[in-house]
Amino acid sequence: MAKIWIRQAVLKALDDAMTDDPSVIVMGEDVAVAGGPFKVTEGLLASHGPERVIDTPISEMAFMGAAVGAAVCGLKPVVEMMFIEFIGVALDQLTTQAATMRYLSRGRLTTPLVVRASAGAGQGFGCQHSQMLDHWFRGTPGLKVAVTSNARTTYGLLRSAIEDPDPVVILEPRVLYAEREEYEFDRDYRIPLGQAEIARPGTDVTLVTCGAMRRVALAAAEASSANVEVIDLLTLWPWDRKTVMESVARTGRLVTLEEAPAGSGWGGDVVSSIAVEAFGKLKAAPHRITLPDAPVPYSGALEARFLPSPAYVAEQVAALVSTNKPPLPWWRNAA
Amino acid sequence: MTISNSNSPIARREALQDRLEQLTRMIEIRFVEDRIQKLFAEGHIRGSTHLASGQEAVSVGIARSIDPDDIVTCTYRGHGHALALGVTPEGVIGEICGRVIGCAGGLGGSMHLVEPEVGLLPTAAIIGAGLPIACGAAMAARARGKDRVAVSIFGDGSANIGAFHESLNFAAIRKLPVVFVCENNLYGEYTRIELSTPVEDIAVRAASYNMPGVIVDGQDVDKVAEAMGVAVARARRGEGPTLIEMKTYRYSGHSRSDPATYRPAGELDAWLKRDPIDILADRLVSESILAPGGLDQLKAETRDAVERATGQVLDSAAPDLGEILSHVSASSAGGDQRWHFWP
Repeated sequence: MAKIWIRQAVLKALDDAMTDDPSVIVMGEDVAVAGGPFKVTEGLLASHGPERVIDTPISEMAFMGAAVGAAVCGLKPVVEMMFIEFIGVALDQLTTQAATMRYLSRGRLTTPLVVRASAGAGQGFGCQHSQMLDHWFRGTPGLKVAVTSNARTTYGLLRSAIEDPDPVVILEPRVLYAEREEYEFDRDYRIPLGQAEIARPGTDVTLVTCGAMRRVALAAAEASSANVEVIDLLTLWPWDRKTVMESVARTGRLVTLEEAPAGSGWGGDVVSSIAVEAFGKLKAAPHRITLPDAPVPYSGALEARFLPSPAYVAEQVAALVSTNKPPLPWWRNAA
Repeated sequence: MTISNSNSPIARREALQDRLEQLTRMIEIRFVEDRIQKLFAEGHIRGSTHLASGQEAVSVGIARSIDPDDIVTCTYRGHGHALALGVTPEGVIGEICGRVIGCAGGLGGSMHLVEPEVGLLPTAAIIGAGLPIACGAAMAARARGKDRVAVSIFGDGSANIGAFHESLNFAAIRKLPVVFVCENNLYGEYTRIELSTPVEDIAVRAASYNMPGVIVDGQDVDKVAEAMGVAVARARRGEGPTLIEMKTYRYSGHSRSDPATYRPAGELDAWLKRDPIDILADRLVSESILAPGGLDQLKAETRDAVERATGQVLDSAAPDLGEILSHVSASSAGGDQRWHFWP
């Protein structure tokens, strides 16, 4: 099996999708001539030409909106927001225009649009280039949101997103781009949006996570004395209630592990749904492992503490399993 | 020749090639908006509406200059544009009254009118939102090898939002077949243009983006159509976008809650003397297309037609409760009935 950079999975998914469907176009800042700041679009311009691989000015509102118009009128644009924060200046086009197009036309107009962006912390980019921001999109009816976690899920989710008739936001943890792993591309491989996967089976506790935290969760599970089941949610909206519910029914315990501020992450929805719908199956109160409600720090020492580490996750999970009481997060112990 | 024997959006649109129909449509727009104001007072309309009485020549001039296959984005002040482009009076009034007969089935309301059949994308309640979307529609037309143009209609207030500048820039560097139409009615919401905009003519901003900037008397439907014709032909030839500024005036305030007390004395009266309906009616009389005194008869007929449409709306039901969960995504109730532009 070939060992590839995870960024190559993005490139392969884009290249295959463009080859299979002439309506797919790629647009964004520096994606064509330069091959992308993270090298995820390298070579696309040569293969597919400047009408389909489009360098835009630094005008997110214009090219995000152009993608909406192009999608409504028959193309399938894949827009790269180099860093997910850049969509802040173009949010209207995605959350207010694209997300309501179907509704406001009573189903006659659809917006098959993909927004890809690098997201998340861990590389010292500072607080304005390190957020996940999935909660901005999860809060918008009409949008779908997915997070990739390795080469296979990157390929499978991106292919599905491009084929989806609705606007989809795909967050790619940029800390993963430069990772290498063994993966054999299969151009028919898809991960349906809305379907989670059990990354590691276990019996004592269900640890639900996504994105770069999948690796952290798996490492924590390996290090833990408890038998931890790890679920990679993959799609944050709509999320796979069935898989999570069935797992919790087996394990009796639920922990969510998110790269998101405590006050707004997707785990709040997962925990409340399970608490309401499966209260009788729970042996312990559900527990959320999150980031603190603070900007992402720059300093390497601080950022390493800010993000949940395998050791910290293992400790939190062990505390829940042994006492059946959720432990406090580190910042509240410290305070 | 009138459109009364067919009331489909496409038939209404095609009928606009007729001179008399152009006048009739402008009267229809005026009366529909008058009726909407009355329906508000009668308690049939929720939220807000943004009337454009006085700006009818812009709507009809644009609609008669483009094909139903062309794409239009428009703002929340879009009742007149929707009617001109072909949406029926009952489709517009019905939408504003939240009934199933409305062009968006009552899900959109006054600010969100739509009719893909005549190229009208859902009108947007966000200032400037339609400009970049028009750029994308133009990209799609070109990618699909179609000789189509996208028209984005917006107000002078939009000329100060980033989307205006980003979109003109984007369209110019890619030579997109877009016509940007600014309706300069001198007020951005409640604020007069001098307080928001350091130039008198929005059209001068075209120079920054290396495209033609054209100033048009927006009260004269023929001048609107003439300028549109030049810009549309240029776009179809692949020579890129044009910015057209229509000098016009809205007779009412920004929305129904605005009595427009901020306007200088006499300003409204001066504009009423150049009413777009009267200008065209006088011209049609001089061209012997309309009999002297014929305007009154046309108005009476049109008023009756608008009343009939209003009656149809008031007889129409509210949407089913099931509509609440419909059309959110492809898997929602209602399914995926994708509209194919330019199949």
